[in-house]
Amino acid sequence: MALSTEEVARLAGLARITVSAEELATIAPQLDIVLDAVASVSEVANADVTPMTHALPLTNVFRDDVVRPGLTREQALAMAPAVEEDRFRVPRILGEEA
Amino acid sequence: MTDVIRLTAAELGRKIAARELTAVAVTQAFLDQIARNDDAVHAFLYVDAEGALAQAAAVDARLDAGETMGPLAGVPLALKDLFTQAGLPTTAGSRMLQGWRPPYSATVTQRLIDAGIVILGKTNLDEFAMGSSTENSAFGPTHNPWDLARIPGGSGGGSSASLAAFEAPLAMGTDTGGSIRQPASVTGTVGVKPTYGGTSRFGVIAMASSLDQPGPCARTVLDAALLHEVIAGHDPLDSTSIDAPVPPVVEAARSGDVSGMKIGVVTELGGEGYAPGVEQRFGEALDLLRAAGAEIVEVSCPHFSYALGAYYLIMPSEVSSNLARYDGMRYGLRAGDDGSRGTEEVMALTREEGFGAEVKRRIILGTYALSSGYYDAYYGSAQKVRRLIADDFDAAFAQVDVLVSPSTPTTAFRIGERIDDPLAMYKSDLCTIPSNMAGNASGSFPAGLAPEDGLPVGFQVMAPPLADDRVYRVGAALERAVAERDGGVLTDQIAARWVPQAQEA
Repeated sequence: MALSTEEVARLAGLARITVSAEELATIAPQLDIVLDAVASVSEVANADVTPMTHALPLTNVFRDDVVRPGLTREQALAMAPAVEEDRFRVPRILGEEA
Repeated sequence: MTDVIRLTAAELGRKIAARELTAVAVTQAFLDQIARNDDAVHAFLYVDAEGALAQAAAVDARLDAGETMGPLAGVPLALKDLFTQAGLPTTAGSRMLQGWRPPYSATVTQRLIDAGIVILGKTNLDEFAMGSSTENSAFGPTHNPWDLARIPGGSGGGSSASLAAFEAPLAMGTDTGGSIRQPASVTGTVGVKPTYGGTSRFGVIAMASSLDQPGPCARTVLDAALLHEVIAGHDPLDSTSIDAPVPPVVEAARSGDVSGMKIGVVTELGGEGYAPGVEQRFGEALDLLRAAGAEIVEVSCPHFSYALGAYYLIMPSEVSSNLARYDGMRYGLRAGDDGSRGTEEVMALTREEGFGAEVKRRIILGTYALSSGYYDAYYGSAQKVRRLIADDFDAAFAQVDVLVSPSTPTTAFRIGERIDDPLAMYKSDLCTIPSNMAGNASGSFPAGLAPEDGLPVGFQVMAPPLADDRVYRVGAALERAVAERDGGVLTDQIAARWVPQAQEA
């Protein structure tokens, strides 16, 4: 299974990571080697085996609904890259594909 | 005060409680040791001298007032920089979080503080705990105190190196595929990954949530057990936390009695690819345990050979999901926000600048493994292998009390040796990954030095879920036998190099 640089570029786009051409040239073959190495899992993973998602399955874990202090507005915004009018300021979200 | 830094955490705790030493004096001694040596070792990303001395002074005041505190009150600790501590820089070894100060503390951090343990600062790690050498840290590698040209293991190389360089008597780690045990192995120290759910993940920066587990690091088995007892136990803030009593780890570490215990050697974890000195010390450790009264048998776990492959599908999948939160919007780095670019472009530029190569590789690999058309072949198959590994463990633990293997196939490799070969790097975790997949308890204990390079070899002990005490029992037996053979615990052999001679000596 060869992963092309175009495919890696597409995956990087899906993961919202800008990747330079040089980085693509390094990452693509490295991912290929890793994918070859992990392909062995399909040898033993037949239909009879129940997938395991978690080490120790627990279901419906609840805790009491108790009021606890949360972060103040100042605390929540203290580490923000940009703040305006007591809110997180973000870049424009519309018109990306204009 | 230089003789103080050679004491174990248990001894320090005892002397502080008896008021033979003050917590402030002990803390200052370790801060001095860090100042003396950390330029060479680079175990710490941040040293909180002021905060540590204030914490120590508070402990002294409580003890002077006659209050009874726990056995580690006043004892300093090095905290892996993956645990949040309110108000202190927490970077996860990444440029993405450079300068970030969390508004809250991890449950583990809070329990340390509540027990009177003094937090010296934050230790270096591979970025977001991804790596086996600490070379992936955005802030430069940590050096192995046994040989500064070599890696201290990873991801928790800062914690393991701080112990081996006597910069701290205790440290905290997290273990997703071996990040506590492999660093312990290559630095001649002790590291335990508790049963999954045995320690809280709340406030620990996530890598792969179904695998991550915080655990204790120390130079002796008893010190690790005492720390384990402080941090373990149910936490309502972590929905995967187990609501069960903490296993009697301290009692097991004090006892070290393995007579009548059945110990299984995993056939699949040895042979080709394992260094001669690793195999030799592992074999000798088995002899020592046999002499201490344990019965040694061989056990096959046929699916362990598939563990590494399954891990490198499950872990990146969880990584790609967990690290989606670093988008430059609410905290952390934001790059390229010039007023004209849109949100998506700013996110992509932020993640390009903020993440290192290994993190990007894993996010992209995970994105692929989870993508439509490949999900069943990759992620789905890997989850089935996970089941088969857990079944192997169940079958093995029906026959034996614990399973053992080398902790990692080789001793510490050279800095730079594997950095361009991800697969070679990944093989460092060959022996440790099965216990993350199945969630059982597992620890690494010093077994001696490999004759060919004079570097530490680790011995791994794996026990069933919630039987963490068995890990400590076998570890303590080995520690005792090795100390009898070598004249002390392994790190005693480099103490002369890192600890200046006491003036009165």
